[in-house]
Amino acid sequence: MTATSEQIGTPIAAKRPSRWLRNPMAKIASIPMILTALVVFVGGTTWTVVYSFTDSKLLPRENFVGFDQYERLWSTARWMVSIKNLALYGVCSLVLTLTIGFILAALLDRKVRFEGAFRTIFLYPFALSFVVTGLAWQWILNPDFGLQNLVREWGWTSFTFDPLNNPDIVMFGLLIAGIWQGSGLIMCIMLAGLRGIDEDIWKAARVDGIGTIKTYVVIIIPMMRPVFITSLVLIASGIIKLYDLVVAQTNGGPGISSEVPAKYVINYMFQAQNLAQGFAASTMMLLSVVIILIPWAYLEFGGRKRG
Amino acid sequence: MKLMNKLLTATAIVSASAASAVELEVTHWWTSGGEAAAVSKFAEAWNATGNTWLDGAIAGSGGTARPIIISRILGGDPMAATQLNHGRQAEELIEAGLLLDLTDVAEAGGWKDIVNPPALLDACTLDGKIFCVPVNIHSAQWLWLSHAAYETAGVDVPTNWGEFVASAPQLEEAGLVPLAMGQQGWQQNIAFGDITLAVAGVDAWRAVSVDRDIEVAAGPEYAKVFEEMVVARDMAKNSNVQDWNMATNMVITGQAGGQIMGDWAQGEFQVAEQVAGVDYTCLPGLGVNEILDTGGDAFYFPVIDDPEIEAAQKELAALLISPEVQVAFNLAKGSLPVRGDIDMSAANDCMQKGLNILANGGVLPSGDMSLTPDTQTQIEDLMAEFWSGDMSAEDGQARYVSIIEQAE
Amino acid sequence: MVDITSTMAAEGPRGPKPKRAFSPANIMVYGTLIVVSVYYLLPLYVMIVTSLKGMPEIRLGNVFGPPMEITTAPWVKAWSEACTGINCDGLSRGFWNSVQILIPSVVLSIAIASVNGYALSNWKFKGSEFFFTILIIGAFIPYQTMLYPIVILLREIGLMGDLAGLVLVHTVFGMPILTLLFRNYFTSIPEELFKAARVDGAGFWGIYFQIMLPMALPIFVVAIILQVTGIWNDFLFGVIYTKPATYPMTVQLNNIVNSVQGVKEYNVNMAATLLTGLVPLVIYFLSGKLFVRGIAAGAVKG
Repeated sequence: MTATSEQIGTPIAAKRPSRWLRNPMAKIASIPMILTALVVFVGGTTWTVVYSFTDSKLLPRENFVGFDQYERLWSTARWMVSIKNLALYGVCSLVLTLTIGFILAALLDRKVRFEGAFRTIFLYPFALSFVVTGLAWQWILNPDFGLQNLVREWGWTSFTFDPLNNPDIVMFGLLIAGIWQGSGLIMCIMLAGLRGIDEDIWKAARVDGIGTIKTYVVIIIPMMRPVFITSLVLIASGIIKLYDLVVAQTNGGPGISSEVPAKYVINYMFQAQNLAQGFAASTMMLLSVVIILIPWAYLEFGGRKRG
Repeated sequence: MKLMNKLLTATAIVSASAASAVELEVTHWWTSGGEAAAVSKFAEAWNATGNTWLDGAIAGSGGTARPIIISRILGGDPMAATQLNHGRQAEELIEAGLLLDLTDVAEAGGWKDIVNPPALLDACTLDGKIFCVPVNIHSAQWLWLSHAAYETAGVDVPTNWGEFVASAPQLEEAGLVPLAMGQQGWQQNIAFGDITLAVAGVDAWRAVSVDRDIEVAAGPEYAKVFEEMVVARDMAKNSNVQDWNMATNMVITGQAGGQIMGDWAQGEFQVAEQVAGVDYTCLPGLGVNEILDTGGDAFYFPVIDDPEIEAAQKELAALLISPEVQVAFNLAKGSLPVRGDIDMSAANDCMQKGLNILANGGVLPSGDMSLTPDTQTQIEDLMAEFWSGDMSAEDGQARYVSIIEQAE
Repeated sequence: MVDITSTMAAEGPRGPKPKRAFSPANIMVYGTLIVVSVYYLLPLYVMIVTSLKGMPEIRLGNVFGPPMEITTAPWVKAWSEACTGINCDGLSRGFWNSVQILIPSVVLSIAIASVNGYALSNWKFKGSEFFFTILIIGAFIPYQTMLYPIVILLREIGLMGDLAGLVLVHTVFGMPILTLLFRNYFTSIPEELFKAARVDGAGFWGIYFQIMLPMALPIFVVAIILQVTGIWNDFLFGVIYTKPATYPMTVQLNNIVNSVQGVKEYNVNMAATLLTGLVPLVIYFLSGKLFVRGIAAGAVKG
């Protein structure tokens, strides 16, 4: 879970000649990792990319058809909706999770009583699967006996809040649940980051007469860059994989208004039995991950020479 | 592991020859109350032969179960028998030589003569060989109407689609939803298919769905279908349920006038202790063209390299289609039996209607048998979009035509 | 860069001190926390309340109302009576299967990932960062797209349908995040310790077992929590790479919750959901403080 910012950057790997026969044990011990990286991740994704150029249906077969699957993919309304939804969900989820995570962590860091209890309350949803999360929120957001009904019973009879039944705002219904599940972990990471900041900085800020909120924004947040990057990677990898929650909570509905790319991939692989179409879609997802991650990896790794 | 397997098989053979009992793992996605009761009829019959039924149920419909089933078969570690919708789904598995040839069992049992309609067996046949056992028939061409709703609105219960549409304004005035519709592509696609049959007729339907005739799909008959779909969409605009059985529940409780859904809906009416003709009416073919498709379920038997198991697989295949098992199973499931030579007098009114139509030859090939799952999924996606938004009839038709054009 | 020793020493909050108990600032802080807590607790409350109601009460339709008559029948049904196909013995069937899948998977995945992290931080070799980058990108791949390649791999090594195959799959997919955690943690351990041990003649494994392992408790706690949660909640791998006799609890949960029945038994669904989530939940409640400390040690270093 982490972070990556620092990934590579530690000075530890000082001068150790990296000759082939040095430290054979380290290499032997790394065999599982190397196999996983090469055989499963590289091998598996290469396999997927190769078969995305075929017309495989139920079973993979080597009948190559060029870019046909990609042409079809990009002319499919559902795929376009899926991408827009993911973009909307992704941006909102990143911003809101980071904001909520940070604010909660900052509040807990103000020497509150019952910190442990609050922390547990914010964190426990992370122990539950997305399937459970989706089900529980599907219920609460059900207009006939959930929140909307409750508020109406209180007397506000025109109150309308039915995100799961309204195509225009259904993604926000998913957001409410997604943030509920994931923000506790981010809060924990932020809290850990805040605890790592020296008390003297607060003292200095107070001496200079800088207000609390301003201190957070101007001094503390910039110091926590690595923590934010950790959180960013965590949230982002979750967003790309967004699938279970959608299936459990809306199943892509109403209509196709809450479809997401991962669901498109899986539906076309297994329900439509058009493997190659699913592979083409997952190749596009992978490509976007690589486009985002490679520059980062290059900056982190390429800039500093090992050893 | 291989050695382990061999050892296990060896012990299995030893114990089998002692008790002559084989344990067969059977995968299926029948997990609701009625479905599970129906499966247990199979299991009881199989266990009664001295063998053992190892149940591998996976809930969540074919979409969840299929990757699991295919993975297992592909991974060389298959179950002994599995449910799959018959039709084109299994073709590739058969071509890859992964499914057991049942032709000898079928010939011994005379399946050609007893399976009605014969299309069911055709769907199991590839290159003259038979690879699956059809076990039931489900049809999707039904309109379910609530007597309570029409009483509230003060209108007579409609007897066909036209009257149903005409009665919509009165229902709406009474604060009811004329058409209950679960907002999922496959349900909306069923409605689309049924409205097509009622509005454009059987010939047009066949030209498009079986022969993929673009002219007809783009022509005036289908234009009328899409206009009617806009009407139906309006009738369903206040229906905001998702699951099909929630929509059925709106009909049962009289909140909605009717629902277009397959014959499995009557299981819901039964559970609610409603009586056909008194509390609800069922109109096959939407009361216009009394014709039913013959979708349904079938069992396939993956190839397992073990003569003992293969013999047991064939024994199970013969058992599933035997008269007693067919009656017991289909009464429990609410579906129609695949053979025309058995006594189904215990069936209720709606099932009898269905049996009569089948006996008179009012049979359509199911969409499963004519369009690939890929094309079906595309149409379902289109329907989901059409029903949830404000797509015009012309746009809907144009999109539909382009899907049919690409269909294989 | 946060240094590990200071983090671990820093137990207390670092924010500015609030002044009086009922200052406006305090009221705002506690007010916000309490309001937000309601949002976090609401689903749990709804699940618990619903699981204690009978079906007639649920049909009345108030999700939030407390049960008028508390019944444990849904819990009993979920645990020992609910049907999966024709087997009507509830979740209890899958519980021990889940445990049997969980333990070897957690042990193996953490053992391998901790060694990976150790090698990556202290014994870098040519290409080690390259493989590590691939692993991290692997963390972004949706599992489902890897299903078929993995089926083929498992078939080739003869582990398809075997518990060992499932353990392997969990190890592989847990590896990216866990390796990252351990790598960051071991990197933050002062290098002098490592150098001193080298001077004393300790080798790769000697340093790992005698120096690194004993220091790595907090990060092991985090790894265990993450893996227990992830593996226990897994449905996809569990159902594909095992057989009915060894299906994990989540398969039964799926069958109970996803069955389309005449009446959806929401109370049983909720009880089943809570029962299935119980193991990870208990672990979270018991280890709250350790978890935060471990996260601080492994995730925050920058």
